[in-house]
Amino acid sequence: MAMEYSEKVMEHFAHPHNVGTIEDADGIGEVGNAKCGDIMRMYLKIDENEIIQDIKFQTFGCASAIATSSIATDMIKGRPVSEALTLTNKAVVEALDGLPAVKVHCSVLAEQAVKAAVADYYKRKGVPCDECETCVSCVHEHDHREEE
Amino acid sequence: MFVYADNAATTAMSKTAADAMLPAMQELYGNPSSLHQKGREANMALLGARETVAHCLNADPKEIYFTGCGTEADNWAILEAARLGAEAGKKHIISDTIEHHAVLHTLKKLEKQGFEVTYLPVHENGLVRLGELEAAVRPDTCLVTIMFCNNEIGTLQPVREIGALCREKGILFHTDAVQAVGHVPVDVQKDNIDMLSLSGHKFHAPKGVGALYCKKGVKLKNFIEGGAQERGRRGGTEAIPAILAMAAALRESCGHLTENMEKVTAMRDKLIDGLSKIPCARCNGDPEHKAPGIVSFCFEGVEGESLLLRLDLAGICASSGSACTSGSLDPSHVLLALGLPHEIAHGSLRLSLCEYNSMEDVDYILEQVPEVVRTLRQMSPVWLHMLEHMDDPYQS
Repeated sequence: MAMEYSEKVMEHFAHPHNVGTIEDADGIGEVGNAKCGDIMRMYLKIDENEIIQDIKFQTFGCASAIATSSIATDMIKGRPVSEALTLTNKAVVEALDGLPAVKVHCSVLAEQAVKAAVADYYKRKGVPCDECETCVSCVHEHDHREEE
Repeated sequence: MFVYADNAATTAMSKTAADAMLPAMQELYGNPSSLHQKGREANMALLGARETVAHCLNADPKEIYFTGCGTEADNWAILEAARLGAEAGKKHIISDTIEHHAVLHTLKKLEKQGFEVTYLPVHENGLVRLGELEAAVRPDTCLVTIMFCNNEIGTLQPVREIGALCREKGILFHTDAVQAVGHVPVDVQKDNIDMLSLSGHKFHAPKGVGALYCKKGVKLKNFIEGGAQERGRRGGTEAIPAILAMAAALRESCGHLTENMEKVTAMRDKLIDGLSKIPCARCNGDPEHKAPGIVSFCFEGVEGESLLLRLDLAGICASSGSACTSGSLDPSHVLLALGLPHEIAHGSLRLSLCEYNSMEDVDYILEQVPEVVRTLRQMSPVWLHMLEHMDDPYQS
């Protein structure tokens, strides 16, 4: 089955932004599993004003997994941490000018990876975060088959 | 640079096939069933094509039925063999786990109708074992259907021995030879084959034409009702241009079989040698019983669709058995049947060559694939996890 990716997806896939790791990250989130074919890991560097100063990602997955990681990191870089929690997979899909239906789960994964990293940041700081709790619990038992 | 290395998916049409097809499209417009001169002219051409295809398989022209594709031939052969079996009170079929979906889905349909199917395991090299086949035979076994050459990993099954065993046991033997015909020697008599499916576009004929070989004596019933075509077995006006092109392409492939095999095998071996140098790479299939042109690898820590699309950006057309490329969520059933874990099967790459490829193509692939694999690994958390348990092969 041939799938059509938008130019935006191909651009982010061919030249992804923010690839890499952050040695002294303030928060790290990893979602997905290799068995299902995609894993995303995100690293956050947060400054004293609660601004996401830097963000890096590593992704094992298809073109759309790489593209959604790339654009999601772009979307929250330089933004307040609290704003990162409002990132939705829908916004990620829109920013990429759409995704094929069978690839929408990649955008869900990107949203969850961001939230898992933020949750890790709050956890390290000892700050309770209700929103984080829900997203972290869904992360580990994550099965993207049901999210299409 | 542009390299087409997806010949197991489909091949470019040959000049020979096009040369046979174009005049047929314009001049041989008669209906072979018509009695007038244009009809007779088309019918003569059809007879000639049937003889050619039969000759290439060492069959009788009366044993060749033209179809719309290889899938149709598979469906027809299996459903008919099952019907014949059921008439004799035999409703058990033996196949294996790495068949093409044209076979597997047809068998699933039969299972719903009350047939029992034994799927032989293929072990890590993709080969069916004769002893296991023999042990699976039951008094009510009516059909053995095992592919000649696997489309994903190129493994060549011991067809001749399987056929001999089936003859001995009085069981019909069908083989899906879509990836074999035109690429390796296929002789329905020596190979003890009762029914065989082939597809034109895998050997430089156009899409939309295939054939079923069915040995004399096997009482094949009509697959499409409504006409006297194909001796009444398959109604529908024959696709004369496509059939003539397929016959011409097959004659050419079979006429150059030895030299093509030598050329393609040399390219394949160089490709395998080169790709094997990539760290944590695995060549799939049997190293000996292997199609000349099919190369299948898994690269740990990378995902197949990304690999495929990065190669596409570099001008290389290949394919992958990863879930993402198939449109489903599971990686290829073939790779899983070899015992590969999901995470490794997701990182598969198939490169399939034909005689139109060159050593320059292979060199270019060997320049690009290691680089793409390395780039993707650098951004892969799976690879990073692997590095926690081993020395970085890219550092040493």
